[in-house]
Amino acid sequence: MLKLQKAKFEIGRDFDRCVGCGVCVNQCANEVHFRDPYDESVCADDIKCVGCQRCVHLCPTGALRVVSFASRTREHGLWTSTVINEIHLQSDSGGILLSGMGHSRPDTVYWDRILLNASQVTNPSIDPLREPMELKTFLGRKPPLNRKNSLDAPEKYPQLELEIPVMFAAMSFGSVSLNVHKSLARAAMSQKTYWNTGEGGLHPEVRAYRDRAIVQVASGRFGVSPEYLEEGACIEIKIGQGAKPGIGGHLPGEKVTGEVARTRKIPPGSDAISPAPHHDIYSIEDLSQLIYSLKEATAYRKPVAVKIAAVHNVAAICSGMARAGADILVIDGYRGGSGATPLRIRNDVGIPVEFALAAVDRRLREEGIRNEVSLVVSGGIRNSADVAKAIALGADAVYIGTAALVALGCHMCQNCYTGKCNWGIATVNPRLARRLNPDIGTLRAENLLRAWKHELAEFLGGMGMNAIESLRGNRLMLRGLGLTERELEILGIKAVGE
Amino acid sequence: MYAIDAKGLDYRRLNSRIREAVAGGATRLSLSNVNGHRYIACGLRGPLKIELNGTGGNDLGAYMNGPEITVKGNVQDCAGNTMNAGSIIVEGRAGDILGYGMCGGEILIRGDVGSRTGVHIKAGEGQGPVLIIGGTAGDFLGEYMAGGTIIVLGLDSDAAAVGRQCGVGMYGGSIFVNARSFPGYAGKGVVVSSPDDEDLALIAGNIARFAGLFGLDAAAVLKDGFVKLTPRARRPYGSMYVGA
Repeated sequence: MLKLQKAKFEIGRDFDRCVGCGVCVNQCANEVHFRDPYDESVCADDIKCVGCQRCVHLCPTGALRVVSFASRTREHGLWTSTVINEIHLQSDSGGILLSGMGHSRPDTVYWDRILLNASQVTNPSIDPLREPMELKTFLGRKPPLNRKNSLDAPEKYPQLELEIPVMFAAMSFGSVSLNVHKSLARAAMSQKTYWNTGEGGLHPEVRAYRDRAIVQVASGRFGVSPEYLEEGACIEIKIGQGAKPGIGGHLPGEKVTGEVARTRKIPPGSDAISPAPHHDIYSIEDLSQLIYSLKEATAYRKPVAVKIAAVHNVAAICSGMARAGADILVIDGYRGGSGATPLRIRNDVGIPVEFALAAVDRRLREEGIRNEVSLVVSGGIRNSADVAKAIALGADAVYIGTAALVALGCHMCQNCYTGKCNWGIATVNPRLARRLNPDIGTLRAENLLRAWKHELAEFLGGMGMNAIESLRGNRLMLRGLGLTERELEILGIKAVGE
Repeated sequence: MYAIDAKGLDYRRLNSRIREAVAGGATRLSLSNVNGHRYIACGLRGPLKIELNGTGGNDLGAYMNGPEITVKGNVQDCAGNTMNAGSIIVEGRAGDILGYGMCGGEILIRGDVGSRTGVHIKAGEGQGPVLIIGGTAGDFLGEYMAGGTIIVLGLDSDAAAVGRQCGVGMYGGSIFVNARSFPGYAGKGVVVSSPDDEDLALIAGNIARFAGLFGLDAAAVLKDGFVKLTPRARRPYGSMYVGA
């Protein structure tokens, strides 16, 4: 059968510049570049190219260009080249379309429709370069306002202490390389925030950074032992992920090499399948049971977080989670990243985190329990402005996953599931993984956090505030641009000019 | 032997007493009047023997790594949840979701167990969880099973030893069911065959231990023979996807 699938990229090679050194051949795990067996010249097989730009960066003479495939189908507003190519792929193979990274459609990014305030004349702004600026954030359960009504009020509530309200999101060892874990873990240590192991256990080489590790317990229960629970600063139960609400995870056997298998406690080469639900959780009461089993296992010394994907009834679900005993609620919006997700689920299931956050914050306030739990959001947080807006909409902190990987060198080729990441990020192939030097990775991740810290301080100073606490849930600092009345109402903000 | 009377204690006080005893060096514990107290021995490690008199509550021995718990009575749901090593021996019955996600150790139940038993159990390096059920098991036994061994004996009754969807979605490990009370059907993707000599030796070894613990005649338990359930494919979803 003639395959109808077409190349997405084409390789431009300037033969006046190419010296035939073969760096591109060595670098490309997708085997796009190869030497012609007859005349040794360097050639390319465009259809294998994923557009990761590794060869372009490393070509010593600047001879390469990777550009979008110029040959398109005839223009049509509905039946675009992408739509046609997807149908061709499925009629070629009969497969479920699989993709890496988050939501890819250019839907409205509501962060960009929300604008922050600044002080003018009255309530003067503060210069963060000269004045102290407090970004410190505590995550964990707080005592209820009326202690008498609480059935469960131990004297001390364990807290996570962050110097910047930005944490590294869950990405498991196996889906990403150990060098990614090392880079993010060390950056979290030095910048005094937290990194998340994801569902893949804690590799012995990153155990040194356990004081800043959030250990995840997901439906596959991979790598979960009393030692693992004890090592984390916090335990996160993963119910759902923004990129794939309602479905499970699946690390293909190719990525389950010796070390990954050991850390996950499964035989090498076998698939690591995380079922869609936790089979011991069919209700809020069951969730409560899992939360308290983890608290019992760690003698109530660690906060327990519960992460869900942002879905339609997110507010009611979060209320249940808070009442079930979750100390930290994590909401992952539909733009959240992923190492491998069915494309249709990724793009068409779940809701934007901006609305989920606003709805949850409001609901918990209405029920009088917002002050008792911490709220963390994730799913497409791109920069410090998104962070500031999320905090003003009611978040205590955010998780960044994709942004952190981009800081380490990810070029968004969205082929994480192949295990052939040329940047050494989403791979466990030792030849590829060593391309990410963990010392340099640490520095890059630290740089990102430092830069965002400065920018957050600038935002705060501009609003005349000297602590992030003053911005938290402070919707008066937000205005909506080009939003409908209903959208403004749900977000709980006024329109620009109001 | 260190004794704790659970009467009048809620689960938090009982478990904190157990943790204190273990921290104080106790290696043998006897718990009396246990009446559905949750999370007993949850997350405990090392050489420790616990005798539990009464009914063990939900999540008995969850995450546990090493201890041996003998229950003189029944246990409720989620016993041995995500267990790593050790033993849970129950003289009576067990509720639903027994041994969810366990990757090592053994769970031996003299009587019947509920549904969703042994879901997603897996064999860690050098480990192989073993689940032996003396009576019958409910629906979804061994769903998503990735490794280890489940043996269902169907003693004491002529009822079907396993329920519907047995082994559905499994991709590793083996389930052995008493041939006399095997209902003749299993979940999607499961192959029903006869155990080979190696399997029979594995079964005999485990049954010897089971029979010894519960005072049964091993030969009588083995006499009906077994059917073997294994996954059709190690990578059931390997060819379902196409990179977009």
